[in-house]
This record gives sequence, structure tokens and C-alpha cells, in this order.
Amino acid sequence: MNPDGKVTSIVIAGVGGQGILLAAQIAARAALIAGHDVKTNEVHGMAQRGGSVVAQIRFGVKVFSPLVPEGTARVLASLERIEALRFRGFLAPDGLAVVSTQAIIPVTVSSGQATYPADAEDRLRRAFPRLVYIDVVGAAERLCDTRVANMVLLGAMSAALPLDAGCWAEAIAQCVKPKLLEINMRAFAEGTRLSPAR
Amino acid sequence: MSHPTTSRSLLSGNEAIARGAWEAGVTVAAGYPGTPSTEILEAVSSFKGDIYCEWSPNEKVALEVAAGSSLAGARAIVTMKHVGLNVAADPLMTLSYLGTVGGLVICVADDPGMHSSQNEQDTRHYARFAKVPILEPSDSQEAKDFLLLALELSETHRTPIILRLTTRVSHSSSPVTQGERRPPDKPRGFEKKPERWVPIPLYARGMRVRVEERLRELAEEAERSPANRIEWGDRSLGIIAEGIAYQYVRELAPGASVLKIGWVWPFPDALIRRFAAGVERLLVVEELDPILEEHVRSLGIPCEGRGLVPGIGELSPDRLAPALGKSPGAKPADPVAQGAADDLPARPPVLCPSCPHRGIFYALGKFDVVVTGDIGCYSLGVFPPLKRIDTILCMGAGISMAHGMQKAGEPRKVVGMVGDSTFFHSGITGLLDIAYNKGTSTIIVVDNRITAMTGHQEHPGTGRTLGGEETISATIEDFGRACGLKNIATVDPYDLQPTIELLRTALESGEPWLIVSRSPCPLYTKKSVGPTMRVNQELCTRCKACLRLGCPAIEWAEETVRVNEILCRGCALCAKVCKESAFEPATGERREP
Repeated sequence: MNPDGKVTSIVIAGVGGQGILLAAQIAARAALIAGHDVKTNEVHGMAQRGGSVVAQIRFGVKVFSPLVPEGTARVLASLERIEALRFRGFLAPDGLAVVSTQAIIPVTVSSGQATYPADAEDRLRRAFPRLVYIDVVGAAERLCDTRVANMVLLGAMSAALPLDAGCWAEAIAQCVKPKLLEINMRAFAEGTRLSPAR
Repeated sequence: MSHPTTSRSLLSGNEAIARGAWEAGVTVAAGYPGTPSTEILEAVSSFKGDIYCEWSPNEKVALEVAAGSSLAGARAIVTMKHVGLNVAADPLMTLSYLGTVGGLVICVADDPGMHSSQNEQDTRHYARFAKVPILEPSDSQEAKDFLLLALELSETHRTPIILRLTTRVSHSSSPVTQGERRPPDKPRGFEKKPERWVPIPLYARGMRVRVEERLRELAEEAERSPANRIEWGDRSLGIIAEGIAYQYVRELAPGASVLKIGWVWPFPDALIRRFAAGVERLLVVEELDPILEEHVRSLGIPCEGRGLVPGIGELSPDRLAPALGKSPGAKPADPVAQGAADDLPARPPVLCPSCPHRGIFYALGKFDVVVTGDIGCYSLGVFPPLKRIDTILCMGAGISMAHGMQKAGEPRKVVGMVGDSTFFHSGITGLLDIAYNKGTSTIIVVDNRITAMTGHQEHPGTGRTLGGEETISATIEDFGRACGLKNIATVDPYDLQPTIELLRTALESGEPWLIVSRSPCPLYTKKSVGPTMRVNQELCTRCKACLRLGCPAIEWAEETVRVNEILCRGCALCAKVCKESAFEPATGERREP
């Protein structure tokens, strides 16, 4: 929608507390390191307390709006499977969905006010013609730290973005504590390996 | 501490303001946490060698601190969310009369769409009300540039200035070019001059006249300010836009003529007239109230605005598109995807697993009471299944409203609930009122040892300052005693049965009670309360009693109760409400309920 038409938009969804903001920060820094103009948008405060959360990153020659217009995201990544469905409207028709198989049952379901879709995978396959559906928590568990599931997801989605590996590595180094750098890099690499989108 | 200079980095609007404060030679910064403003002061604290910064008990105190600093010659900033300015409105209105010596900028973050707020008020009204200028940036670079500009204006025109932010400017990151720090160059020292600094009526009348003179000078300067600019394009449509709305306009209508307003009030009338004369059709795009639009009309200039642009909630490119003759960017309907996103369960924010507030809410559920709540994480206690907050008004009102309901003759017992940070913010006066005027409400301070909802900020009860130094730790119980209350008790909300018994004693006593429900926020301590729990399916009768805790770690799926071990932090409240003893530590060892 910009004059040059070259803005790339990413949406990262999930449940507050899953590490969405860190993933978004890294993606944004990778784009900045690659020389792009960048805008991000995050949710803080009440929305972080276990609710649906979405972060947005846009990069290109010149970016005006930090908000991603409907139907324009190149990648929609989600750390929880039905949150991908909730935010599916952001994804461009030819965009890639990278979705964690993890299900987090909302309290609205456990308290009997709603039901969690039993056919989540079927719905995902119908909603997203281009879907990478991976067990990022399992991958993180194999690395002995479930907290890096977000980095596995980030690695998996990186394959669909025009940013080279060096930019990602530098961005990760900027955003995580030195003592956690190695585990985060390994998780990211595991994500790239798991993604067939490359 | 070294800080990189003359480089370009990715900063949120809030971080950019902190950077601007450092570059501008600000030496005092004060504020009270409030989404979306909180990170400004947190980022300022990284410059603590150069800038004194503090979390004040509330926004009124913060502004008064900054006012004192300005009068002593220092550059100062104050930070708060929109509703915080209501608390600071008293000093604001008269500081406008006194004016400033060192530059003073009040950074106020509005929350259109109410992402994390109880109302959607538009801070621009305060500028006009207090007769002080207001600037509004549209991205992080402008947030920094406008702060520097505002500090200059504040010193030149001897006025406090409001810098209005919105959620999408505060919490969006974009590249910012960084500069060097300009060290403070004004001499420190308050110059005694009663006719300027003491607004007794005799002197205040003269100040009042000078305020109007100042506004005339400011209106002239607004015409020339770099914060306002015309970007000529296609003359068939001219758009006047301010704040983040400017970015949405540029996104949607790259070819249109735009008058970008960054200096929002006093209005640049000549610039508006010139722009309007140069375009065929005029549209005003602003978030929340039609302040600019009404002014343009008052100049006799026909324009469109609120009829096309939504005034309730936050703007976005998608919500603005129809006003610019575009269709929102929805993709064509895909028959295969039909129904894929239907009937998704809502996922509102909830009290975290092992939140200590859950214990007190569950205990309150045993009694037929009215609960007047307050602003903080515990406002989430309104949602089912807990449903133990009946009304919320503003900070401190949890206590005072309880007193009012009780005095009005509410037939049920009334319980007022506030958090620790909220208690220090504005709960103390309400408690004093109850003690002084012989109230009988039960007041519960849910003390999780931190300002939690905004992301864990220190407060007068935590024993640490914003800069991380050790300091006094104000005690809630001591305030109760100082108010003259006789019934004061402290309880650990994870001890469910004692908590219920204490509540019973308090509610049946016919006397005022102060109960401090104290346990630290596990999200802040980053420590589990106990071992992770699991359900012994052989013992579980699926009675669902545990589900009434509303714990996100206890899941009901496929007709089975189970604990999500990634989320569980081991508070074991589930074990305490389970009559079948079906919850046990996942480590294998049984834990006594």
C-alpha cells in the first residue's frame, strides 16, 4: 500500500507470557540490520496477562503505519494453535502461516463458557493453504529449555522472510543476555531446520 | 555508563522520549507507572548517573516534584497515563500561572481503544483547560525531537508543556537518530520573587493576564513551528492529521495533500487557512474527540471529519480506509476456509497461574458481599469464574466507595479492595476517612509487593527505588494503625482456610477492618510457589471444584481435568479446594492439602 509497494509485514500471535515481544523485537532488529526502515507494534499492560496477544513488524524502504492492514502479512506466526485462527485476517492470500501445535486452554473453556475447537488442525489446514504446523515446544524441550519455544518459531518463520542469516544472528545477540545466547541460537537454528518453507 | 551517540537505533516511542530527555540535559524525571507510559521512566533510569529519576507515590506528587525542580532551574520531565493527569490536574492548573524556569514537559500517554485503561479520555482537552501548549508526535523520532522542542518552548515561554502520546506511538518501535547530551547550562538556584511564585489573589490576577499574553505569543510561534508542516500533493483532497493518524493517512493516501499538525494547541490558524484555501475538499483525521475539526469549523472553514472517521476507539488503516474512499484490506472470501475461525473461545487476560490474588478472591466467594475494587491486576477478578469484583472507579476509590456504600445503607457487607501500589497512590486518605467517620467496611489490601500490572515497578512499600537503591519500606499495617484502626490483620492468601476464617471474623464484627493479603507476585520473583501439580485421574471425580479457581494452568479438555505443567507454578490452591485429594506434586511426592 506504500508508494513502492515493498513493505513486508509480519504478525506474531499467541498467549501473553509466551515470549512474543522478544520474538518481535528480534525480527524488527534483523530488518533494521539489513538496512530497512522498520516499525513494530506491541501490546503491554493488561493484555499481557494470559490473554490473546499480537505483535506486528513492518519493514521496507519507508514504513508509515505500525499497524498491519488486513490481508497483507507475508507471515503469520503463532505460538498457540487457535490464536493463529483468531488473527488469520492479517495474512495475505499467498502468505505463510507458521503455527505451533501447542494448545493452551483458555479459562473461558475450563470454566464452561466456551469450547476449544476439537478440529483445530483441520481448521488450520483449511484456513491456511501455506501452513507450517510444528511442535516448537517439543523442539525446545529437546534443547532442555521450553522457554526458547519462541525462538524455534522465529527460526521456522525466518525461512519465509528476505533477511539473511547474519542479520538474524546479530539481532538475536542484541536482544538476549550473553549467557542465554547459545541456547537461543540453537533454538533458532532448530526452527530453520524444521521449516520446509525454505 | 556509556551511551552510544550519533547512531540510529530501534526505539519505542517511550524509549525515544527517555533518550530525548538525556540529550536535552534533563536532570530530574518523575512519574507513576501507567500503561502505555510506564517504559519512559524505566528507560530514563538507565541514565541514572545523569538524571535523577523516581517513581513518585502518585502523579500529583510527580508533577509537583518536577515543578519544584523547574523553579530551581533544572530541566524536568513527568510521565503518566491519561487518567494520571486527572490526579495531577490540581498542580497543572496553577503551574500554568506560575510558569517554569527550567523546561518542564508533562508526558501523558492516552490509550485510545482502552487496551489497558478504564476510559478513553483525550488529553488535548487539558491543554486548553490549563492554557498550556500540547505537542503530539507520530513516531519515535518525533517523540524524541518533540521532547527537545517542548523543553525549549517551555523555557522560552515560561510554561509547562504537555507531550501527548498514544498507545501506538508509545509502544511502536521505529529507528531514531541519536545525538549527544547537551549538559545543563542554567544556573541552579531558586530566585525569590513572590509576585511570580505565590498565587495569592493579589499576584494571581497579574499571572492570569500574563497567561493570556503567553498564549498569543505561542499561537504566533505555532505558525512557524517545524512541528507543523504542509506536504502538498493532489489538491483535490486535503487532509489535516495529527499524531499517529498522520501515519495512517500517509499509508492510505500517499498522493493526497496533508497538513501535519504536531503542535496541537494553540492552533496554527493562518497555516490551517492557507492549507484549506489550497485544496478542493478538506478532511480532518484525529483520534478520539473532534477538537481540531471543531476548531477548523469555528474558523468558518467547511470540512469533513467525525462524520467519516470513527471517534470511538482507536484508529487503524483498516478503520480509516472507508473515510478515504478505500476498502479495508480484507482478502477475498475463500470457500475452503469457511468457518475455520468460527466460535473461537474468547481469551481475555486472566490472573496468572499461582497469582496470590486468586486465594483472596476464592475466599471472598464464600460470602454474600459487595466488593468495590480498584485499578490493578486484581481488576481481573471481575471475570468468571471468580466474579468477585462488583465495581471499579479509579485509583483509591476501592476504599472510599466501600465506605460510601456502607454509609448509604447497603444491606450486604461491603468489602473494599486495593493493591499495594494503589494504596500508597491514593488509598490512604480513604482509609483515614473510614477510621475518622466511623465506617464499618472491611478493606483488603492485596499486597503482592510490587506494581504488577504495569510490569513490576517499585513503590514506597518495596524497599527499593526506581534506580534500584535500598530505601525505607512503608508498611500498610502501620498506616492503618496511624489512622487509628483497631482491627488490622495480615494473611497469606495461599492459606485458604485461615483466610476464609479471618474474613468471617471481620465481616461479622460490625467494625472497620484492614486486612493485608500479602504474598509476592510470582511473575516478579520468577520463583515457583511450590512443586508443579498434576491430577491423579484415579481420584478425580470430575466435580470441577478446582475449575472455579479460574487458574489458567488447570485445563478442562476431553472431559478430563489436567494441569498444564508448563504454566503451573505450584501454589497448590487446587489441592486445597479438591475434596478428593486428587492433586499431587508432579514430582511424585504427595503434598498435604
